Amino acid sequence: MTAGLPRISSAAAAPLPDGRSAGPRHGVRRGIREVLDYLGILPFLLFIGVFLLWPTCTVIVGAFQDAEGRPTLDNLVAVAQGTYLEAFALSFALSAVTALLGAVLGGLLAWSVATGRRDSALRRVVAAASGTLAQFGGVMLAFAFLATFGFNGLVTLFLRDRLGIDLFAGGAWIYELPGLALVYTYFQIPLMVIVFLPAVEGLRPQWREACLSLGGDSWAYWRHVGFPILWPSFLGATLLLFANAFSAYATAKALISQASPLVPLRIGTFLTSEIVLGQANLGKALAFGMIVVVAATTVLYALLQARSSRWLR
Amino acid sequence: MAALGMGRPGHGEAVLRRTILLVVAAYLLIPLLAMLEFSTRGPRGTRSLAAWARIGTNPDLVEAIFVQLQLAALTVVLTLVLLLPTMVLVQLRLPWLRRTIEFLCLLPLTIPAIVLVVGLAPIYAGVTRLFGESALTLTFVYAVLVLPFAYRAIASGLSAIDLITLAEAARSLGCSWPGVVWRIVVPNIRGALIAAALVSVALVLGEFTISSLLAFDTLQVVINLQGKRNAAVAVAVSLAALVLAFALLYVLSFVGQPARGSTFVEDDT
Repeated sequence: MTAGLPRISSAAAAPLPDGRSAGPRHGVRRGIREVLDYLGILPFLLFIGVFLLWPTCTVIVGAFQDAEGRPTLDNLVAVAQGTYLEAFALSFALSAVTALLGAVLGGLLAWSVATGRRDSALRRVVAAASGTLAQFGGVMLAFAFLATFGFNGLVTLFLRDRLGIDLFAGGAWIYELPGLALVYTYFQIPLMVIVFLPAVEGLRPQWREACLSLGGDSWAYWRHVGFPILWPSFLGATLLLFANAFSAYATAKALISQASPLVPLRIGTFLTSEIVLGQANLGKALAFGMIVVVAATTVLYALLQARSSRWLR
Repeated sequence: MAALGMGRPGHGEAVLRRTILLVVAAYLLIPLLAMLEFSTRGPRGTRSLAAWARIGTNPDLVEAIFVQLQLAALTVVLTLVLLLPTMVLVQLRLPWLRRTIEFLCLLPLTIPAIVLVVGLAPIYAGVTRLFGESALTLTFVYAVLVLPFAYRAIASGLSAIDLITLAEAARSLGCSWPGVVWRIVVPNIRGALIAAALVSVALVLGEFTISSLLAFDTLQVVINLQGKRNAAVAVAVSLAALVLAFALLYVLSFVGQPARGSTFVEDDT
């Protein structure tokens, strides 16, 4: 038996079920089968409809309705000013800063672990650790930082007892925005590694060889080959990090218990506290704002990803 | 000149590489070490495992761990039962729906959990009326959350086998459609299914946003509450959960790839 045989038979067999010319009886049976095919994916579609599309539509429609269900733009106008606008600005700034920090540090880390061998032990450990810290951390990371930089944290005590430095001279920063930025950066770095590592590993050693044999040095290689190829991936990954920080709720909630300076925390208070009459849909308007920001970021990311796949993979 | 011939970076670059690796790895590892140190503090500078021992004697925590493991198992089952037959059916019989299904499966990545929970609150009023007030009803949302990860794992598994030929061979030998999925597809993409399951379990273990806002006592919600009362115990559980998630993902790195020497590859030689 030749190696090619199964492929040929599969190619010939593939069009058969649909391509066969059918008499009237076959037509009826084909119709029934087609209906059965669609019935087969119905459970999945129903499930998606109830638990993904319906809630999303509830948010979007609700953002444009007043308490009595009449169409209005008042909610969106309300969340585009005052403390809500400040929350958006702060969320935006925090996400942008941590995305940039995470992208640079994570990008460097990805570059230094890139070995070219996909099954090396170092790579496995880095991939597993990155996945854990980037995607499944949440509350646990907040506790990790309280154990490190909290009032009785390891680093706090070390600096105070050994070096005489008081980390809290400037206030309880770990429970405020600077602490949040520190933890966010902490989970952005591994996410960057996950997203950016394939791109770095897509750089072929032959390109460096070609550059060197043409008389260029390491700098010329990065200036003319490495960076131009990697920058769409880098920018795309940074956008993904931004969206990631923008949507994060768990870490912020666990770290900051009193105030609600960020948009996700604001939305959370709408769900848990008594809602002022007539403001029921303000939370939905905030959520709608988040959808817009995150969706726009994701679309940009997809475009950049398409561009970078020209050279990589 | 050896470096030139091999196309390898020079000595300076290797040193830079190692330095970066050390510095960033230290930044990532210190908080984890701090968790270990913090959770093993005894009275007056001694080490003690009291906080770890108290995980087992805290009824709230034990209950929450139990609930979380059940949730993880249920989520895996629901996701695979919904997704696998649908993906097989779409690939074999409804290929023009493939992009639609892919879009729907990846959609949860672009909708933040905090947004989803706003729209879910009224739906869960209905769900709890149907299924009772159990935290296990979170299975439905969790299945949505893990959908993108499970989809990618299964899609890469399916793309590695010649599904059409396999299905036709099975059908012509008298196998039913459920039989094709259960006896032909499942054994052939076992690795991909395990990958989908592992990543789902890791995600369910760490989920906080949705369960806390829908007011269910899952593991992360209880950890957060415990943190206010007894930080050492909360830190100990957090570290344990992180280590568990790491272990799951490390195992994942071995089963993720399409298995070499699977039935179909052998047939081809």
